[in-house]
Amino acid sequence: MRSFSLADFLSLLSALQWTGVLVLIALAFGAPLALGLALMRTSARRALRWTATAFLQLVQGVPLLGLLMFFYFGMPVFLGVEMPPLVAVGIAMTVYTASFLGEIWRGGIEAVKHEQWEAAACLGLSTWHQFRYVIAPQAFRMALPPTVGFLVQLIKGTSLASIVGFVELARAGQLVSAATFQPLLVYSIVAAIYFAACLPLTLWARSLEARLNGAR
Amino acid sequence: MALVDIKNVTKSYGSIEVLKGVSLSIDEGEIVTIIGKSGSGKSTLLRCINALERIDGGEITVEGQSVRTDMPNLRGFRQRVGIVFQAFNLFPHLTVERNITLAPVLNKRIAKAEGRALALDVLARVGLADKIDAYPAQLSGGQQQRVAIARCLAMGPHLMLFDEVTSALDPELVGEVLKVMEDMARQGMTMVLVTHEMGFARNVASKIVFMHQGRVWEEGPPADLFANPRTPELRSFIASAR
Repeated sequence: MRSFSLADFLSLLSALQWTGVLVLIALAFGAPLALGLALMRTSARRALRWTATAFLQLVQGVPLLGLLMFFYFGMPVFLGVEMPPLVAVGIAMTVYTASFLGEIWRGGIEAVKHEQWEAAACLGLSTWHQFRYVIAPQAFRMALPPTVGFLVQLIKGTSLASIVGFVELARAGQLVSAATFQPLLVYSIVAAIYFAACLPLTLWARSLEARLNGAR
Repeated sequence: MALVDIKNVTKSYGSIEVLKGVSLSIDEGEIVTIIGKSGSGKSTLLRCINALERIDGGEITVEGQSVRTDMPNLRGFRQRVGIVFQAFNLFPHLTVERNITLAPVLNKRIAKAEGRALALDVLARVGLADKIDAYPAQLSGGQQQRVAIARCLAMGPHLMLFDEVTSALDPELVGEVLKVMEDMARQGMTMVLVTHEMGFARNVASKIVFMHQGRVWEEGPPADLFANPRTPELRSFIASAR
């Protein structure tokens, strides 16, 4: 047993990097999927809408913890695929991000008045151009505050990766706590680090919301 | 050959038949004004002309081409047939210039400088060249509608449709939009309007079409139609519109 030292604090901070890596993976792979899901959900084709809806129902009905366990413990059992923790956690966070961001963005797309599509179509724009230049910029503005809000959820959600032994901030907290026997102090510091990471985003989301409301 | 030929067109929304066999022919350079009570099918007919609505029966041809929502080269067709809406439908996130040049830039790949010149040209025609860098929200309703008209003109349409374009405007702003439309009429643009502006219909239109219950009830030159309505429906419509 040893007492909590600067080295422990630094190890927590360096574990924060892995929290960041998880967030980046989730966004890098989840955001394009989310866009695809949002487009499928707003598509005129029923088959696309249903496929996306089924996926969303499934993913949103399962807790993030369940997703993590499925990809880490379940995949080897069901499919015989062994995955390193980073991959399993990365896939789970990606799927989670895709489903929630996808719904946020669908809401943004649907909040743009139908007449905007019509006006763009009447100018002879292709469906993709209608979306890309007329609908998406307006949808993006409306969806930005909740998107940033979701980012906060995502950062905190990565703490669940500690369950499968992936060393990010929460898991590093467990390790330091076990070594120092000062759980109250260590977890308070861990919580403070999460708070410090999320606070700027929360403030940003709030200022975006105020600004966008003012602009309308 | 007529520019627009509408033959026996029918259209239903669910079980409600809104067009019950409409026939109408519009020559190049004509200013056709469609009047009638709300629910008479006039806006629907207008929207069918540029394939915004699918027709159930009959046929519409524009410049000899059969108009369908799944017609080949619908996008090219839409650039030849402009439409202006009651609610303007400008793109709020784009400046006036970008509103106007978006379609020419994407469809015809014109250069940036050329786009600005085009925007200035069409804005001059609606008297708003000084608003080229404004956003729609900074303009009055009448100005927004004039920008919407300019946006249409920038495509170089052969035919323009106007769907109650002054109905959402404050009364004092109606005149400036009507004046722009009169100028266009004088320059020979073929125009089809759905409107409640009887003064405009009377003074500018070359033909009035009175629709009632999904049919063309009466049509003719405004002088005839307003002076000698043949049906009691048109007579009471004129009386109520006065």
